[in-house]
Amino acid sequence: MLEPTAPRRKAPLDTRHQVETPEGIDLPLRPAGLMVRAVAFAIDLGIRGLILGVLFIALAFLGKLGMGLGSLLLFAISWWYMVLFEVLRQGRSPGKQWLGLRVVHDDGTPIGWSASLLRNLLRFVDLLPFGYFLGALSCLQHPTFKRLGDIAAGTLVVYSERPLSRPQLPDAEPRRSPVPLTLSEQRAVLGFAERQAELSPARVNELAALLAQPLHISAPKAVSEINGIAHGLLGPTP
Amino acid sequence: MKQSLFESHHKAEWERFAVALERLEQGKETAQVSDFPKAYRRLCQHLALAQARGYSSFLIDSLQQQVLRGHQQLYRHRSRLGAQIISFILADFPRLVREQWRFVAAASLLFFGSLIGFGVLVYLFPELIYNLIPAEQVREMQGMYDPVAGHLGRSAERAASEDWVMFGYYVMHNTGIAFQTFASGLLMGVGSGFFLLYNGMIIGAVAGHLSEIGFGQTFWSFVIGHGAFELSAIALAGAAGLKLGWALIAPGRLTWGEALRLAARKSVLLVCGAMLFLLIAAFIEAYWSSKTSVTPLTKYAVGAALWLTVAVYLLFAGRIRHAPE
Repeated sequence: MLEPTAPRRKAPLDTRHQVETPEGIDLPLRPAGLMVRAVAFAIDLGIRGLILGVLFIALAFLGKLGMGLGSLLLFAISWWYMVLFEVLRQGRSPGKQWLGLRVVHDDGTPIGWSASLLRNLLRFVDLLPFGYFLGALSCLQHPTFKRLGDIAAGTLVVYSERPLSRPQLPDAEPRRSPVPLTLSEQRAVLGFAERQAELSPARVNELAALLAQPLHISAPKAVSEINGIAHGLLGPTP
Repeated sequence: MKQSLFESHHKAEWERFAVALERLEQGKETAQVSDFPKAYRRLCQHLALAQARGYSSFLIDSLQQQVLRGHQQLYRHRSRLGAQIISFILADFPRLVREQWRFVAAASLLFFGSLIGFGVLVYLFPELIYNLIPAEQVREMQGMYDPVAGHLGRSAERAASEDWVMFGYYVMHNTGIAFQTFASGLLMGVGSGFFLLYNGMIIGAVAGHLSEIGFGQTFWSFVIGHGAFELSAIALAGAAGLKLGWALIAPGRLTWGEALRLAARKSVLLVCGAMLFLLIAAFIEAYWSSKTSVTPLTKYAVGAALWLTVAVYLLFAGRIRHAPE
């Protein structure tokens, strides 16, 4: 099923889902897959069980009135727990919060009442015929991992964004690139410098050696030369 | 412009934006609220510039993240829930029911058709009930509506506090059925159709059986009041489910997913209305239908009035548009 909000330009390597905002910016959302969602659901299920257990014990002391309240509570918690958390806490139920997930509309905006109610009511069908079989099936075949309720409600479960920390660039003498670089080449060179700390020295050398010839730099000093070019791209060059 | 210069130019602005964003996300008032859209659009521009100039991934990713968070705050769905609920009850819901009359008619036909059909069948062929409902449950039903026993409803002796128990029970049980009837419509409408027929069959069979063995007076006077809301709620939930199913069977010129999404947006409102009906029904069932001090005749009169109310509400409410809507 095609999503109208995300015209597929070319098949991406990763699972990112691009949303175009009214400002003309492409926002990448990262949809969450089956396993992490199943774990989040299991946590929510546990929490609900715990709440109900504690409340039932407390209500048992209230006798008949407690029984009435108990069944109202059972109703409220089994049908409304997810909806209330999702709408009032910006798309995060406790389980989702724990695993860094949130529910958003297809266009990346926070989920509202009707969409949340819909996706949680239709959970009943996702559960059929046993243990989320249909939901899992739909989730596995859908490009953005939607279960049936998500398709009908037009919602997505995505990873929340985590704060980024500024990478330390390795020291090098800023210099100009010997050949003019295109935009994507610039980003590749900068990416090489920014992510160097995450790579092993052997891998760093290997990658740099690949670039030595096209960039017209000396192969033995390729790493420091490329770092120099990255510095040159960022700041003033002599 | 080099990246470091660009960053130092706009650093202060980005920090101010981050502070405003944090306060908005926590739901606090912020002094910068009126400037927020402007600041957000400037940030979008910076992101576009950063992308166009090939700045580093870190800068682009962090700007992208800020824009994403800003997007979610700026385009948040702010709903005036109170006003919406009132206009929904007064006008939007009955209008929606009339607009979707085809599905409502189909669902009513399935549900009330099977109810009346099986009621008549069981009345004419009494032993049929044992093919439809287990004998044990039939005995239980008979116990509940036995005119000699002098009590009504599901429990033996009802004190005032027990009305609470029954209220809770009815809300949970009936709403569960309505939700099931709706949600299973996603299976090409087959699920909704099944639940409508099945529930109609059970209710019809019980009604036919109890009338046939002479418990009709206690049974009918008990159910007529809340039945107005309860039965129509089930039919409406079924109609919402059929609408979902129909979107899959005949999506027209849309893709399946899109057709389903559009249909679901309407049908969820129908379900909300059905939920409201069920709440009213549970209230009537617990506090009025179970009263034994009222004569059956009064109950029939009130019941008829309630049926009429439902019909008039669904048919006529919201036909005149008032100015402030």
